[in-house]
Amino acid sequence: MHLILNGNTEECACTTLAELIDHKGLHKEALIVELNGAIIKQEQWPATTLQDGDQLELLNFVGGG
Amino acid sequence: MQEDALQLGDKYFTSRLFTGTGKFGSHKQIPAMLDASGSQMITMALRRIDSHTPTENILEYIPRNVVLLPNTSGARTAEEAARIARIAREAGCGDFIKIEIITDMKYLMPDNFETLRATEILAREGFVVLPYVLPDLPLARRLESAGAAAVMPLGAPIGTNRGLETKSLIALLIENCTVPVVVDAGIGRPSHAAAAMEMGADAVLVNTAIATAQDPAAMGRAFALAVQAGRMAYLAKMAEESAVAQASSPLTGFLH
Repeated sequence: MHLILNGNTEECACTTLAELIDHKGLHKEALIVELNGAIIKQEQWPATTLQDGDQLELLNFVGGG
Repeated sequence: MQEDALQLGDKYFTSRLFTGTGKFGSHKQIPAMLDASGSQMITMALRRIDSHTPTENILEYIPRNVVLLPNTSGARTAEEAARIARIAREAGCGDFIKIEIITDMKYLMPDNFETLRATEILAREGFVVLPYVLPDLPLARRLESAGAAAVMPLGAPIGTNRGLETKSLIALLIENCTVPVVVDAGIGRPSHAAAAMEMGADAVLVNTAIATAQDPAAMGRAFALAVQAGRMAYLAKMAEESAVAQASSPLTGFLH
């Protein structure tokens, strides 16, 4: 399955959003996930099934003025 | 409500110094700076994660009693700014949003037209909208009509530390706006912040000058004192300037 992750197409064998985030080893506390334009809260990650062609934005807050 | 507090949305600020999280040598300096400065609102930005470096949660460094002011930096259009604002709110940052839309990458001038459009969209959605703009009175009036909670004119381009280059235009906003005027960007020294407050600005937002000082906490404190002094002077109604000398002592000679 292919996902569009932060603008880049990536091959992915993960079934759920939670698996993908674990696989990538991301800092969960800071992570904001937008799936096809909608924010997915952390408690929904395990139940969120990924589909071919899904567009994911993985975001976080950074320093800024 | 405390005496002389500044109201923005449903919040009251006794500190009129707003700060930013950008450009610190280490995020660990942020809590000490907030403590030393007494700043009650701080900005941050939203970006895609950088998969090559471990993510760090900047929100961990901001005490819970400090209001979060996410900015829409990186947005080039009103729609992009609105998307960032909605994500920030969904992510638990509250309703405050600093609209920062920059289409000119050389001078980093805010795009007033897109900023007005974003203000219209986001004020309708219940955000406390703080638009960062070039000081322009007709625009400021349109922002007020659109529901902006304040207007935030720049003193000088972002990060230049050049102070109040737009002083006379900011003065028009202060004289005529019904919403608070917060001078944002370009303030490089505590004396610039004091000058803005003496003019009657309601608050200032300072990031670079504090974050890139050798001792950000001490500089935060210096800015806080300057803002307080400037505010106090404004409320005390300053004496008039005069083109000719006006003796402070009697003009008669000592013994004659």
